[in-house]
Amino acid sequence: MSELSFFLGCIAPNRYPGIEKATKIVMEDLGVHLRELKGASCCPAPGVFRSFDKLTWLALASRNVVLSEEMGVDLLTVCNGCFGSLVDANNVLKEDLELRKEVNKVLAEVGREFKGTIRVRHIMEYLYDDVGVEKVKESIKYPVDLKVAVHYGCHLIKPSKERHLGSIENPTFFDELVEATGAESVMYKDKNACCGAGGGVRTSALETALKLARAKLENAKAAGVDCIVDACPFCHLQMDVGQTEIAKKFGDVFNMPIVHYSQLLGLGMGYTPQELGIDMNYVKNDDFIAKIEKIGGGK
Amino acid sequence: MSDTIKTSDLDKAFKDEVMTEPGAEKLILCFNCTGCTAGCTMAEHEPNYNIRQLLRMANLGMRDELLNHPYLWNCTTCYKCQERCPQGVPNVDILLKIRTMAVHSGIMLDNHRKVAQLMAKTGHAVPINDDNKEKRKKLGMNELPETVHNYPDALEEVHKIVAKTKFDKLTEEQS
Repeated sequence: MSELSFFLGCIAPNRYPGIEKATKIVMEDLGVHLRELKGASCCPAPGVFRSFDKLTWLALASRNVVLSEEMGVDLLTVCNGCFGSLVDANNVLKEDLELRKEVNKVLAEVGREFKGTIRVRHIMEYLYDDVGVEKVKESIKYPVDLKVAVHYGCHLIKPSKERHLGSIENPTFFDELVEATGAESVMYKDKNACCGAGGGVRTSALETALKLARAKLENAKAAGVDCIVDACPFCHLQMDVGQTEIAKKFGDVFNMPIVHYSQLLGLGMGYTPQELGIDMNYVKNDDFIAKIEKIGGGK
Repeated sequence: MSDTIKTSDLDKAFKDEVMTEPGAEKLILCFNCTGCTAGCTMAEHEPNYNIRQLLRMANLGMRDELLNHPYLWNCTTCYKCQERCPQGVPNVDILLKIRTMAVHSGIMLDNHRKVAQLMAKTGHAVPINDDNKEKRKKLGMNELPETVHNYPDALEEVHKIVAKTKFDKLTEEQS
């Protein structure tokens, strides 16, 4: 069984605990044991904290990486934002030895040292590269009969020089993993567009951020999908909580279910929407829950 | 109508400061093709946000206008423009450097200051709340995640780090 540390970040454990739980369950079933990364903090978020002070951003991000280095395992995240911070910090500190020295001076305050011995992984690229689409397909007991709008999000694939995940204009790996569950990935307008949350925009200019989310929701709805599938709790929050805010500010109601890939995979493995926390979204859609309850044969 | 820019008002050292960021030396390679702004998702929804213009202002040395620019914080860091730039200019990395210069000059949006203080205090930009403790229990999980929330010593490490980098001072309330 492979082992990785599980970096939780903020939004998964503190707003969508179903994503945390679903990830542990599905990875265990795939033969990947996730160990708790005890005492990890905020990644910290790349758009805001890196904007404010790069050394603080690097020091806190590298502390999280060091916790995993000390366990001797690679680190796994289920969030694009966390991936953005941790993979970029890990890569830059592996290459830039002057900067590493500066960061290690800060880490020395807490008795830690960045050594550059592990890799930072995102669940989607880990599943694609290390587990493989075939093995994911074999793990499916109940094909997930849903039409799905895949939302890659930004920091999963960009900046590409730090990622090596193929085309950033027309990526396919996420769609392949979705289709491995039996779901159909439906093409929709501006599929690769940003959800609008990142860079501190949701925090400082909510209404503008919501305009981007609204476009995303409109385009997914126009394509006739059952739900949007993402791999980032921040995109998840923006598109789920965002719907309640959009209804208030602009009057548009979408009732669009938002599902993290770990939860989608869990459905196909036979877990219930309740076990996976899919029913805990802020937007309540009973018809959708009733529909996905049937996936496991109504058990 | 726009005002004429006087060269005597420009701060020629500004772009040198921006270009201390690794990779940002490519700022001067920008030939204003506007591919960045043309493909910008934010610009589609907020036409006043124009990354090409912001980088042009940096090249010219319009320090004060840029650091106080009302749309400096509109980039969601989606990196599309950076990927597409035919000159290989790392637009987003440069913008983040300019934002850092703004914050270090004492220019910071209120909500950003709040989230910075929250993270420096709790170790999380989005900390746990009662509603989600309940959700966790309902899912059969521990009330607190295995993060700094559950390890006071680990939170102490975060506090020491932000004190060492003076991040706590940088983001504290301005009197």
